[in-house]
Amino acid sequence: MYFGLSEEQKSLEDNIKKYLDDNASIEIIRSVVEGDLDKANEIHRGLVDLGISSLMVPEEYGGLGLDMLFATVVAGALGYGTAPCPYAGAYVMAPLALSIAGSDKQKEEWLPKIAGGEALIGVGISEYIGARENAGIEFSNDSVSGRCLFVIDGINADAFIVSNKSGELFLIPSDSSGIEIVELTTVDKTRTSIEIIFKNAKAEVLPGSSDNKSAADKVVDAGRLMLSADTVGAAQVMLDKSVAYALERKQFGRLIGSFQAVKHMCAEMAAELEPCHSMVWHAAHCLDNVPEESRLMACHTKAHVSEVGKQISKTATEVHGGMGFTDELGLHYWFKRIGLNRQLLGSPELIREEAAKLQGFDQ
Amino acid sequence: MDLNYGPEYDDFRTEVKAFVKANEDIKVTGPMRSESRINWQQTLIDHGYFARSIPKEYGGYGGDMDIIKLRIIAEEFAKSPIPKPMGGQGIQMLVPTLLELGTEEQKKEYIKPTLRGEIIWCQGYSEPNSGSDLASLQTKGELINDEWVINGQKIWTSTAQLAQMCFCLVRTEPDAPKHQGISYLLIPMDTPGIDRRPIKQMTGDSDFNELFLTDVKIPATNIVGKRGEGWKVANATLGHERGSLADPNVTLNRLNSLIELMKSETIDGQRVIDKPAFRDRLLSIQGRVLAQQSNALRILSSQINPEQEATLSKFIVKLQGTELRHELEGLAIDVMGEMGTLYEQSPHLRDGGIWQMHYMYYLGLIIGGGTNQIQKNIISERALGMPKEPKVQGA
Ligand SMILES: Cc1cc2nc3c(=O)[nH]c(=O)nc-3n(C[C@H](O)[C@H](O)[C@H](O)COP(=O)(O)OP(=O)(O)OC[C@H]3O[C@@H](n4cnc5c(N)ncnc54)[C@H](O)[C@@H]3O)c2cc1C
Repeated sequence: MYFGLSEEQKSLEDNIKKYLDDNASIEIIRSVVEGDLDKANEIHRGLVDLGISSLMVPEEYGGLGLDMLFATVVAGALGYGTAPCPYAGAYVMAPLALSIAGSDKQKEEWLPKIAGGEALIGVGISEYIGARENAGIEFSNDSVSGRCLFVIDGINADAFIVSNKSGELFLIPSDSSGIEIVELTTVDKTRTSIEIIFKNAKAEVLPGSSDNKSAADKVVDAGRLMLSADTVGAAQVMLDKSVAYALERKQFGRLIGSFQAVKHMCAEMAAELEPCHSMVWHAAHCLDNVPEESRLMACHTKAHVSEVGKQISKTATEVHGGMGFTDELGLHYWFKRIGLNRQLLGSPELIREEAAKLQGFDQ
Repeated sequence: MDLNYGPEYDDFRTEVKAFVKANEDIKVTGPMRSESRINWQQTLIDHGYFARSIPKEYGGYGGDMDIIKLRIIAEEFAKSPIPKPMGGQGIQMLVPTLLELGTEEQKKEYIKPTLRGEIIWCQGYSEPNSGSDLASLQTKGELINDEWVINGQKIWTSTAQLAQMCFCLVRTEPDAPKHQGISYLLIPMDTPGIDRRPIKQMTGDSDFNELFLTDVKIPATNIVGKRGEGWKVANATLGHERGSLADPNVTLNRLNSLIELMKSETIDGQRVIDKPAFRDRLLSIQGRVLAQQSNALRILSSQINPEQEATLSKFIVKLQGTELRHELEGLAIDVMGEMGTLYEQSPHLRDGGIWQMHYMYYLGLIIGGGTNQIQKNIISERALGMPKEPKVQGA
């Protein structure tokens, strides 16, 4: 029995953290957020070179064929470094959707390109979970009409995978006619969100998704785990920075870290966060190996980690005093990242309701 | 990641399952130290389901230290109504301390009857003026004519009313710095000069006591470790206590009972579990229970794989576990509403009043065993490397 990360997983995590540490300082993140797309592309390329696009692509299609635990490790490291690059949608949910539900032809066409970092696929699955403003799509005559909100990793994508209300997944190249893209601006500008308006856009069904929801569910579960891991990574930075700041800042002639109020804020953050690491690993393991527990674990992980993340993002800001509230310190990048992760693919309340139904509490 | 215990354990699990199945209807009766309890405890030892890794010569089963086997035993026992082994401070705290730091004579004399449940121990640490600041304790011990003569007062001593022995912290070196002046003494409770007065708790029970010690004389050899080393010895046991206060597997069992309760309780004919606000609280507690279970797996794994580090995971167990348990029991009371306030032998009482009992009891555990504020001090200082409280002049 061994519960934890393997040496390989740890070294992948270290490599990504180190890369971001060297190449994506707060100043660089700030310039990306303010519109420096070249810088964003450069970071994205560097991360692709480290393997983030090929992790989830099966080996027969030129990928690394790694498991969900690897994928969460990467997500955690990206959250830790507030990496301004696509990941959860383009490199986890999309290849997973293709692998489990795509036709051979769809796989051959897209998976090698994803692995090589030559294709980005945005994922629009929010309406499957809960549609706002009557968004949602209909499929008929081989084409899709309607709207998808909060498509993940959709900016400059080569194609989209979108879902209708019943969990059927559709693949739509972005150069098809009948597609209008509206850029959305969320608080978290380290990642992008778009709305897509389809008017009779040519679409292919992913055949494995057409008569059951299990493909869509698995894609959602995986996405939720990536967002959870991202939040855990981001919250860990916020805690680490809080402790470091408390050991450096003095007031009343002593380190603020010697004030018990501050120590207790830090201890509470640590006590809440530490189990979240284990929970994310555990849920990732279940997704690959324990199908009967995997949906419930993914739901609970996303909901619980979102709550803990929210609390830590608040508390860590408080520990930094006025500095915490400034743009200059940059703590807010993680605050906002945690804020977006919390809502994407279902807020905690929605997901807990789903978890209740999964256990038959409504029967 | 590998959550399998390995095929070599399959046979062992089958064996445990068979034992559990065969004995699930066994009734163990009577008060502590009744013949029925002692016999059952001995049966469990004989089969290696209790005191498994403790050497035979000290009354244990004499097996090797195999954490996975211990875990399998715990899992299979938890699933069944089979009577569980006795616990208590003697078994959980004193035995590990003696194994680590006791003399050969002490091990021979005390471990076996403690394991069998023949000797009940109490923990004489806290004093009226020394609670969180335990090391300031003042109960005095002087070595006179090869005997310790002890004078002072202890408080909050759980099970002292039933105990035959007390492991006690006493100041024996009044001139040494406070942490270096304490010794760890073993006091027979029938020694003249000990007066026990039960203290009634908020639950209505009286499990803990005041102890008054007046010229209590015990042999000089009743000391664990050397003179003045009692703080070190005690800390070895405090670690054992902290790990055992809020087992997430027990919490999971309580959660399952809560789910059943929420399915059976109704308001205006609607099941409470169908009310969204209640259901959401249930689900968020369930999420926290699962997080703590994952944390427990990590700790287990670090015990099996010594290269794996899990310091912080261990430090948070008491804080997180007791708070969560208190909240879980509290939700059950809200689920029952007015019915949730019923107690003792009231008509309409649910589940024997156990929810209110646990709700209060776990508040006690939030305070006992080092308050949760003290736990936060420990986490911030020992795990996060933050400074200790500055010393106040004259304190
Ligand atoms: C159910 C139960 C069983 C017990 N069983 C035993 C037993 O068998 N044997 C035994 O010896 N003792 C036992 N105790 C005693 C227990 O260990 C003490 O109650 C506990 O350590 C707190 O000490 P105190 O009661 O003196 O509170 P105090 O130390 O006076 O604490 C009062 C408040 O001040 C806070 N506080 C104190 N110091 C600090 C600090 N440095 N930083 C922040 N906050 C602080 C505490 O957190 C608490 O909120 C038991 C207690 C309970 C509730």
